[in-house]
Parts: sequence; structure tokens; C-alpha cells
Amino acid sequence: MTALPETREMVDPVPGAGAPHLPQRTQLVQLLTPEGDRVEHPEYSLEISDEELRGLYRDLALVRRWDVEATALQRQGELGIWASLLGQEAAQIGAGRAMAETDMAFPTYREHGVAWARGVDPLHVISLFRGVDNGGWDPVARGFNLYTVVIGAQTLHATGYAMGVQRDGAEQAVLAFLGDGATSQGEVNEAMIWAASFSAPVVFFCQNNQYAISVPLERQSRVPLYQRAAGFGFPGVRVDGNDVLAVLAVTRQALQAAREGQGPTFIEAFTYRMGAHTTSDDPTRYRLASELEEWKLRDPIARLKAHLSRSSIADAAFFDSVEAEADELAARIRSGTLEMPDPTPTSMFDSVYAEQTPQLAQQRADFVAYRASFEEDGE
Amino acid sequence: MPTLRQFKLPDVGEGLTEGEILQWLVAVGDTVTVNQPLCEVETAKAAVELPSPFAGTVTELLFEAGTMVDVGTPIITIDTDAGGAGGSAPAADAEPAEAADGEPAAGLIGGSAPGGRTAVLVGYGPRTTEARRRPRRSGSAAAARATALPGADYGSGGTDQPPLLATAPDMRSKPVRHGGLEVGRQAEAAALRDDAAPARGVAPGRRGPRPLAKPPVRKYAKDLGVDLTTLTGSGTDGCITRADVDAAVAARTAAPAQPAAPAGAGTEQRIPVKGVRKATAAAMVASAFTAPHVTEFLTVDVTRMMKLRARLAARPELAGVKVSPLLFVAKAVLLAAARHPMVNSSWDEAAQEIVVHGQVNLGIAAATPRGLVVPNVKDAGRLSLAELAGALAELTETARAGRTSPADMTGGTLTITNVGVFGVDTGTPILNPGESAILAFGAVREMPWVHKGKVRVRQVTQLALSFDHRIIDGELGSRFLADVGALLHDPGSALAF
Repeated sequence: MTALPETREMVDPVPGAGAPHLPQRTQLVQLLTPEGDRVEHPEYSLEISDEELRGLYRDLALVRRWDVEATALQRQGELGIWASLLGQEAAQIGAGRAMAETDMAFPTYREHGVAWARGVDPLHVISLFRGVDNGGWDPVARGFNLYTVVIGAQTLHATGYAMGVQRDGAEQAVLAFLGDGATSQGEVNEAMIWAASFSAPVVFFCQNNQYAISVPLERQSRVPLYQRAAGFGFPGVRVDGNDVLAVLAVTRQALQAAREGQGPTFIEAFTYRMGAHTTSDDPTRYRLASELEEWKLRDPIARLKAHLSRSSIADAAFFDSVEAEADELAARIRSGTLEMPDPTPTSMFDSVYAEQTPQLAQQRADFVAYRASFEEDGE
Repeated sequence: MPTLRQFKLPDVGEGLTEGEILQWLVAVGDTVTVNQPLCEVETAKAAVELPSPFAGTVTELLFEAGTMVDVGTPIITIDTDAGGAGGSAPAADAEPAEAADGEPAAGLIGGSAPGGRTAVLVGYGPRTTEARRRPRRSGSAAAARATALPGADYGSGGTDQPPLLATAPDMRSKPVRHGGLEVGRQAEAAALRDDAAPARGVAPGRRGPRPLAKPPVRKYAKDLGVDLTTLTGSGTDGCITRADVDAAVAARTAAPAQPAAPAGAGTEQRIPVKGVRKATAAAMVASAFTAPHVTEFLTVDVTRMMKLRARLAARPELAGVKVSPLLFVAKAVLLAAARHPMVNSSWDEAAQEIVVHGQVNLGIAAATPRGLVVPNVKDAGRLSLAELAGALAELTETARAGRTSPADMTGGTLTITNVGVFGVDTGTPILNPGESAILAFGAVREMPWVHKGKVRVRQVTQLALSFDHRIIDGELGSRFLADVGALLHDPGSALAF
């Protein structure tokens, strides 16, 4: 088993003021090493068929291809911005595939892998970043809420939703996504306190990608994030976020516990954002290239590919077919993006409330009249 | 029939108006694929590669590398119909952007903003300074990377079990940071310098010795071209203060420019204010308008000092060093400063504190071919006369040879300017920024002087002391000047100090 860099989080921002009462060795759940070696974990076992393993590989490869294409489209001026998930595919696919059909997810703005796993069309996500709608999917039908851009706000939505599930007596779990930076937000802490107080069926899935834009984790926490869960009174577990199998196993177990009324769990998926925070960011200004090189060696897709090859679960023809499918997907995303119609200016009034208010109707009418007051068509 | 299409510079970072083409990764005649990187562009936010939206043959690069281009301007023409031979007008979807005309008004988006920047919707606006980046990989390597799936070259499906992936880090690799931050450069330099240390030994959170300074001071130093890593901070915890930056600037300031030779009868010459002249001006203005200067004068009979000088020069311990009048002035200043430590101090505006220095770093203004520089002798108070003479000689020689190091020019606490060497009697010197006192030493002349009740020909000089009245009151300044004068008048009085 390859250890992840323990030093990184053990660097104490205030010398001598660490947390000696907490365990200094971190526990990391891993089922697939960075070398591609399948290992067992005493608490988290995973029964998985070859077919499912190939499916996971396909998910990872296609999501990455989607992400690469979206980044290129932004660089070509076709998207306003793009938040890349590069490097976090395993954390997202593992979490997304662990969900039951009836479960509900509350994503941030980077959960493209989870969206994929929930059956959301990539173009429905892209349309949000192209600025032609607010996200094109039906959150209820997909069990996947709209993207939340406000950092950490979705954890409150998720906890509230989970409390509603509780009151409905439904056997359903809620998965709240957040990043390492969000753990410093007040609402995330409030959400965890409420979730603990009511034993709400919510799982907090934190992708610790090491940076809150440019701020490294060690500036935000003196202890590994998963250890914070103890303070809220529910279990915390750290999983190798680049190991799709371990993420799948850990998240499944946490969601099952939530459904069974055992309350919340905090999962820290230890991963790395290989790209920029968004296309507006330049990570070379605050990260050393050597760090990136180190994490490239823990690539989530390469290790699964190695495992599939070594175990003869997949052959070259399979990998080729996935690649061909990825290229098809990329072409579909590209053409679909370029063909997206611009929304009509009045459509911005349509989704403000479920039912139109008189004030809003008046505003809409005024706006239509204002636009009609020009001689030339403003389109 | 060739189909020419143009790629317009997109807004790659939410509200940007322009970008600089750092380098082209393709050349005219190259065949490009969709998403193959075409060029590297630096905006106010990031340096990014622009991938090609078209597949085809490059027919024209519309801007040279290094050009600042407005967003929306076509930058490259690509023939997307490989059969054609180029030459027709670009397709309709690529009409040239309205570039030059219709410049937005000041204050509006895209218009000018204070500080020479351009107003944008978000962010800090396009940068007005230059940034350098390390060279990037070649175009072909970038192209190969563009569409390949990571790990796609792995496991072509033989019957033998493939080996496990190699994931041991390559220990030969050095931390390389390709962005513009000082932190990274320092970490990198430290790693390269300290070759014995593990290559990945740069601890997160402790990334190299980034000098401590507040952001306004960083900006100030950057504007004046001062490298903070060469400074020693005088603030709390070694924090570099504005005064430290001022001192560094003053230390390397040039002398007033020689009057330019008349370019022609009646023509005036206009010399751009830049570089050292600009820094000098800024430092002098900063000093003159932050520290309220007071200047006091004293005329001294230094005949005894000049006689002592002749005697001392013959002594074996001073053989080989230049025993100049300046040496005695320096010694007198050091002795007087030991008696009046407040003279050797700095005003720390930020901390609202007076910093009384523990040692005298004695600055000596030296005329050099590059202009005036003010190197200083570190902890000059601890030196014997012979050592001081040696240090002064070395300092001036180094300065005249133009080899004064930044370290020699920073950290000065008290300065002597020897205007006498130019045959001048005295002046009202401006403080070296960050210091509290400066002594001008005039020419030593034979003058009629009342000596022991009679008019005699004596060797007389004038001293002028400028001091920062925020720190030094008239009384202290007067006492200090009087002490220096007394020591020069009667060097034997040093025994009483």
C-alpha cells in the first residue's frame, strides 16, 4: 500500500500548537493502490463484477474526456467559464455510483462526474457554463440538485432535505458535496450541527483537493478534515479519493447507514485538483510543478486501467472502444455546444418563482415594452 | 476552394479585454487538429494555451509573439479545406473585430482606469507590468498531449500480466514553478542550490524564505525596482518596512546627472525620467517630504586634526591605508553617535515607533562613474582606526569600480557626504531615506582664524548636519554636531568620550 504524503497536513501552521491529543497517523481507506494493485481493507469490502469494473473505467474515461473538451471550448470562447474536475474523477464517479436510484445529491459546481453517474446529459451541464440557462436538468427526476455556486450553501439544503426525508419516513439518503475550502464556511458547520442534532440521513462528501482556490489545506485546518467529524458527533472517514473502488465502498456504506437511521457520516475523499480552480485561475502561481508531478503518479484512471489489464478483466479492444466512445462524446459535446440557441431575453423571468407574481409579470411586461421601443431589433 | 476561417482571441477569464500572445506553438503551413494548442496567451489572470477550434492548415499568424491583442480580434487564419491553396478572403464568421476605432471612454469597461490599467468587469484588470515565464514544450509535444487520454498508451492486451504502474517519484526532478511568484522562484532556487537536500524537500507551508513585508510595501518596492530578498527588515519580526525600501533605493541612487552637453544652440534636450534617475527622484522626494529636515552648520578649526593625521600616517599600524580627513570625520561621527544613540535611528511610520539601531552602519556617499552611490560600513563603531580606514578605502574603491553589492548599499543607519572633495564648503544634504541624520563635510581650507587671541592662518572646514526633526530635537542635533566638531578640532578630546 502506498502512503499518501502524511507530511502535507502535519505541517503545523502554528509551531508547537498542534493537536497532540489526536492520532498523528491518518487512516486512509484504499482498495486499489496507485500502482494498480487490488488490496483488501478490514472494514470496507467490495463485491464487484468485472462488468461493473469496466463500467467504472468507462465512466472515468468519458467524464475526463468531457472535461477536457469543455476546457477547450472555454479557451475557444464558447463557454464563459469552466470548473475542471481533472484528477477528481474517481471521487465523483465512486460517490455517484454508490447512490441508490432514489437518493438525492446536492452538488457544488464541479460535480460533473456525479452528474454523469446520475444520468444528466453533459450538454445540460455545459449550457449553464455557456450562460444560456441555469442548468438544464430536472433535479427531482435525476436525484441531483442544480449546481450551487455559493460555497457550502448546498450542505444546508441537503441537511434540510434530509430532515424532510426523515419526516416523510422515506428510506432515502442524501449526499451533500463540498470541498475542503467549504469546511471553513459557517453554513457547513451549521449544517453538520443540525444533521447531528436530528440524526438526519445525510452524508457529507468532502473532496479534499488540497486547495481552496489558492489556499492550501494546511492554512485552514490543523487536523485532517475527517477528524473534525468527531467534534460534531458522527463518524468521519478518509478515503483515497483517487481510488474509485474505495470511494464506492465507503460511500455505499455511509449512505446505507443513513438510510437505516444511523445518522450522518463525513467522508473526506483525499484527492487532488490536477487543473486550475476554474478557467479563470492560474495554478502555477501558487503550486509547485513537482507537486503536480507527484499526484500524476496517483492518477485515478491509470490505476484502474492497470488493474483491469493485469487481471485480464479488459483487453486492448475494450480500451480502444472506450476511447472511440470518448471521442464521439467529445464531438457531440462540441457540436451540441455550438448549436445551443441563445435564450430569449424574457426567459430570465420564467424560473424565478414556480408561479409568476404580479410584480414579476409587470416587470416582464415593462421589459418587453422597453425592448420594443427600439427601432432596430436588438438581437 | 480553400475555406479560410479565423480564430478570434476569446475572453478566457471572465471579463478580460485583452491578452498578450506569449508565443506561437504553430507556424504557417502547419496542419492542426481540433484542440491542438495554437499559442500561449497571458491575460491579467493567467497564462493559458488556446486550443484550435478548427482542423486544417495554418495560413497566417496575424500577430507576432509579444503583442497585446484586444479580445475579439482575429489572431490566426486556418484553411479548413485542405484541398484548397489559400488566398481567398476569410469566411463570413470571421469579420475583423472593431479594434482601433471606438475605444471605450475612461472609466467604462475596456476604458482606461487609474494606474494605467484598463477597466474590466471583474478582477484587477490587465497587468501593466511584464511577466516572464519559463519556456514551454514544443508545439508537437503539446499536440500529442491535446487529445490523448492519460494512460492511453498503457496495456495493449498481451497475455502476459503487465507490470504494476511505476509510481515512485522521480527523485531527480526539481521543484519547478512556472508561474510568476517570488515564492516559487525562491523555493526553486533554494532547492537547486541545496542540491544535497531531497529534491522534494520544500515543505508545504514553508515555501522558501519569502521576505516579510506588507503588501503596500511590496508594491512600493516593486515600483522602485527593489528586490525584497536583498533587504534586511528592520520592523517587527524582521518585517521589511517602507523605510527599508527607501534606504535601499537611496543606497543605490545616482548622482545628479552631469549637465548634458548642449545639443545645439538654442535647443533644449528632454531626457526621459526612468531607471535610476526615477528611483533617485522618488527616494529624494519621499525623504524630503516625509522627514522634516533641519540643517545646522558649524565651522571648525581642524589644524590639530590635520597635524595628527600626518603623525598617524607614519605609524606602522596605519601603513598601507589611506589616512584621509574623511577617516577622522568618520571616527568622530562614530564616537559622537555612541554618546547620542538617538541620532542613529529610524522612524517606523507603520509601527509608530522609533527604531534606535544597535549598531552604526556608516554610509559614505561616493561619486562613481555610475553616479552617486552610498555604500555603508557595517557595524563601523566596532572597528579600530586602521580597520575603519581599510573598510573606507575598500568601500570607495569597490564603488568607483562599479562593483558595489546591494548588501553594501542596504541597511545604512547614518551617512557622511564628503562634498569637500569637490571644493565646496558646505550644503544642506537630504537624508538618506530611512535614516535620521546626514553629515556634510566641506573642503578644508587655509583661512584667517582667531587662534589663542590672534589672527592666524589655520586649516578650517565646515560641517553641516541635516537631521529628521521628528526624532531629533534641535538640542540633540546641536550637541551631536558640537561633539563631532570638538573631536575634529581637538582629536585628543576623544580620550574623554
